[in-house]
Amino acid sequence: MNAAGFPLLSLLTFLPLAGAIFILTLKGEDKVVADNARWAALWTSLIVFALSLILWFRFDKTDPGFQFVERLDWLTDFGISYHMGVDGISVLFVLLSTLLTPICVLASWDAIQTRVREYMVAFLVLETMMVGMFAALDFIVFYVFFEGVLIPMFLIIGVWGGKRRVYASFKFFLYTLLGSVLMLLAILLLWYRAGTTDIPALFQHAIPPAVQTWIFLAFFASFAVKVPMWPFHTWLPDAHVEAPTAGSVILAGVLLKMGAYGFLRFSLPLLPHASADFAPAIYVLSIVAVVYTSLVALAQEDMKKLIAYSSVAHMGIVTLGIFTFNVQGLSGALFTMLSHGVVSGALFLCVGVLYDRVHSREIARYGGVAKIMPSYAVIFMLFTMASVGLPGLAGFPGELLVIVAAWKVNPTVAFGAALGMILGAAYMLYLYKRVAFGRITKDDLRGLLDMSPREHLVFAPLILLAIWMGVSPQTFLSFFEASVTALVVRHEAALGAARLAGM
Amino acid sequence: MFVGAVFFPLLGASIAGFFGRWIGDRAAQLATVICMVLAAACGLTAFWQVALGHSSQTIEILTFVDVGGLEVSWALRYDTLSAVMVGMVTLISTLIHIYSVGYMSHDPSRPRFFAYLSLFTFMMLMLVTADNLVQLFFGWEGVGLASYLLIGFWYEKESACAAAMKAFIVNRVGDLFFMLGLALTFWTFGSVEFSTIFGSIDQHMDATFAGFRAYEVIGVLLFLGACGKSAQLGLHTWLPDAMEGPTPVSALIHAATMVTAGVFLVARMSPVFEYAPTALAVVTVVGASTALFAATIGCVQNDIKRIIAYSTCSQLGYMFFAAGVGAYQGAIFHLFTHAFFKALLFLGAGSVIHAMSDEQDIRKMGGIWKKIPVTYAVMWIGSLALAGVPYFAGYYSKDFVLEAAFAAHSGVGTYAFWCGIAAAFLTAFYSWRLIILTFHGTPRADHHTMEHVHESPAVMLVPLLVLAAGAVLTGAVFAPDFIGHHWEEFWRGAIVNAPHNEIMHHVHEVPEWVPLLPTVVGLSGIALAYILYMLAPSIPGKLASTFGGVYRFLLNKWYFDELYDAIFVRPTRALARVLWQTGDATIIDGVPNGAAALAADVARGAVRLQTGRVASYAFTMIAGLAVFVTMLAFGAAR
Repeated sequence: MNAAGFPLLSLLTFLPLAGAIFILTLKGEDKVVADNARWAALWTSLIVFALSLILWFRFDKTDPGFQFVERLDWLTDFGISYHMGVDGISVLFVLLSTLLTPICVLASWDAIQTRVREYMVAFLVLETMMVGMFAALDFIVFYVFFEGVLIPMFLIIGVWGGKRRVYASFKFFLYTLLGSVLMLLAILLLWYRAGTTDIPALFQHAIPPAVQTWIFLAFFASFAVKVPMWPFHTWLPDAHVEAPTAGSVILAGVLLKMGAYGFLRFSLPLLPHASADFAPAIYVLSIVAVVYTSLVALAQEDMKKLIAYSSVAHMGIVTLGIFTFNVQGLSGALFTMLSHGVVSGALFLCVGVLYDRVHSREIARYGGVAKIMPSYAVIFMLFTMASVGLPGLAGFPGELLVIVAAWKVNPTVAFGAALGMILGAAYMLYLYKRVAFGRITKDDLRGLLDMSPREHLVFAPLILLAIWMGVSPQTFLSFFEASVTALVVRHEAALGAARLAGM
Repeated sequence: MFVGAVFFPLLGASIAGFFGRWIGDRAAQLATVICMVLAAACGLTAFWQVALGHSSQTIEILTFVDVGGLEVSWALRYDTLSAVMVGMVTLISTLIHIYSVGYMSHDPSRPRFFAYLSLFTFMMLMLVTADNLVQLFFGWEGVGLASYLLIGFWYEKESACAAAMKAFIVNRVGDLFFMLGLALTFWTFGSVEFSTIFGSIDQHMDATFAGFRAYEVIGVLLFLGACGKSAQLGLHTWLPDAMEGPTPVSALIHAATMVTAGVFLVARMSPVFEYAPTALAVVTVVGASTALFAATIGCVQNDIKRIIAYSTCSQLGYMFFAAGVGAYQGAIFHLFTHAFFKALLFLGAGSVIHAMSDEQDIRKMGGIWKKIPVTYAVMWIGSLALAGVPYFAGYYSKDFVLEAAFAAHSGVGTYAFWCGIAAAFLTAFYSWRLIILTFHGTPRADHHTMEHVHESPAVMLVPLLVLAAGAVLTGAVFAPDFIGHHWEEFWRGAIVNAPHNEIMHHVHEVPEWVPLLPTVVGLSGIALAYILYMLAPSIPGKLASTFGGVYRFLLNKWYFDELYDAIFVRPTRALARVLWQTGDATIIDGVPNGAAALAADVARGAVRLQTGRVASYAFTMIAGLAVFVTMLAFGAAR
């Protein structure tokens, strides 16, 4: 039943939780506890990452179905069971989550000095929730994890955030929760009709088009906020600005992918008609997201806010790709999700490096940093270029595939998406110019130290990935291929069947 | 060997870039130069074998993408066209690396410079050896990156940073169309690989897109992409500003190689363009207009590098209209000879700037020709070649281009021919204006600078002399192969002329005055410059004040920058601000902010309750949620 021979996914999911519980039992002097908590969190997350690599090596890329499946009866009477498994769509996101967590722990090593133990616990709990969410194959289990993610994130922003952290954390929480309530109703409706919440079983269950519309809207409320799609995006800049660096990394790297993942996992396969009906609206929202938020990013004076807005623009490319319903578009969207996880995570870390030294996110506060911190400047440039979508780095293949796919659907839409290429270059280079180039005008900047070995270690895996994904995207795309093709085939079959029935 | 030609520069760039600080300046320079020499050896051998020895091949390296029929690989395609480019790029890049050792000897961050320079060369080589449009785009954007980094090399200068950004963003405007052209190519041909596209030209002849023939649309989109990179009218504004970079950069990137990528693209896609007559007409008109337009500006500029930059812009126009009338061979030949003499002119200008203690304004030069005789001589050679004076390299290629335009016997061809003739006159005029103002007359620099004027060291002069040899010889030596009687066996299908396109034959049948005319106007341009600046130096000033409007119009480069600033840059920034502060902050946030404000009040209370046991709080919530969901499901089931 399981390629690993043991319940790998459950282990990945709950090992961080065990680590968190262990950290909670730590006693003693504050300083010692903090130190032990850091090491315990790092080791836990590293072990989880090492285990998750089994997925990378043992995953069967030719099989479009779910693998590493585990199943345990939970509430049998109601058709609810504890069901875990990954397919080509989710497997790499599990890996992304397990990779980013140790990086976050390492990035917070010196930056977090208060309540270190609780901070590490929150991150490990967050990891549990993220992995669980991507691996869940039962709607209720999914929902529990999907909502569970909110809690540690809410605490991370609310407790270790910046000045307006309470405002930001509540905005974040309320926005996302509001959508989720509707999703819960939709899940109940689905369960009511099908008698099960098992996701593979639901795939077999055809839903009448009229009902699909309502369910789609309910899902949309939840996922669109999570993505976030324009105009539901304003919680994101605030959350990012106030969150500690590592919180932003996870937020941008994994949490933003949950919405798009939801569209891919549920909306498309369960609701093919509604998805096709709503596609034009999604295109419009996506293009508006790309153009509008890119413009807004251009006007930003806060580094984190700028990158947060750029995330919204990139997510516009993702939603556009998903709703093109062709192989290139879906693969491109998935690839953009991955690359954005790596690249924007790294960009937030870049901001964090400066923030740790100067304690300001204001762009005007910097200038001429390239002179004092040359190796930082190189890394920042690399990720700036990756974000701009320079070929040879991670951002490009996804963008290429989505634009090519969008052209097939509607050339105007492709043009709109491609406008992001110009605007993206404009705001990122403008940011880079103001931060790294120019003459040094602030005297206290002269004393800054270049990156420490620990910081190099934090960036190393991300740099490696950014280049690897850019040079050989096929390594990653091959994971999606079978599942995406199956999804497209099923989508077209469903639409075709309805057309036949209509005649 | 084929792989080496492309990847040696990358090796050099990596050594200098990543280890430059540890191994020191000298070792970093040495590493890049050695790598470049190796690359040049490979590149010239490749040229010898492929172009002259007639053996094309493609080397597959790695699969890039293979998604739902979109298959792209990293591969090196060596046919005559790419071999010509590889040989030229590696040779000139090597010379410029050597020259830079001398030119940059006072700069504190030399490893970085050499790393960028080698990185650029690598990207350019990837561009010309690409066997599909995506890899071409990789090189295309890669050279854009290197150009951005090198223009902004002196990043402490505000103007350099601005110029770098401008170059990248203006190029991106072109890239947008390239990308769309790529998408349409894929949906038309089902592939972006050149061999597949060229092999199935006949099958998709009738494909349409939005009512137009797909080939025409592809042609126009790709040409718009080429306009960005090759600084054609409308998207040319970045090129003169790019002169903020160090002079060797201007020579390598903004004259000899990168800016010619657009011409290369059109030549590479010649099988498609051949069946897109409207697109070709667009190429011709834009190219011809650019040739004339840039030449008019070149006549009144005062910065030595900007004059040469506008001259580059103008010569690129020649290449485009040559391609536009179907004489791709002529375009590539002009590209080839131009690379030598324009690199020579830029490096010569660099040598002058070096001698004049970094002065670039030709109004503050003069009277230095005796002090820097070698530089003076090579500038003459470069200008003679540029003006198309007989038996210099430019003569063969420029005459051919103009003859081709004439021989096209079409409306656009005739337009291009007369634009080209007018531009040839202006080219000769501004070249000699430059030479006379720079080297002759009374010294206008201050005493201190004049004392310092010195000939450049040998490490800079040797590349100049090699390029000078190229500027003299490449025309005569290669004309028979590129455009003469052996052209068919030389190109062997690397450039395709459709059966209906017989321009290569018609060129040899033009009336006798046609080949003569460029030489005549060239010489009269020289004569006019001699009269105005040598014999009667007071006239130019009087002309400028008499025709003040025209003069200012030209001096301000037809007000393109101001126009773009007014219609693109300012509105965009204003819009950005409005969208942020009104759109986001007021409208979109206005709705939930009421709720959020309420929530914040509640939060103040909540935070007080939460006394440090954050984790237990979190657990309670998760547990509560699980219970809640279970109960809800349970309740609903009843």
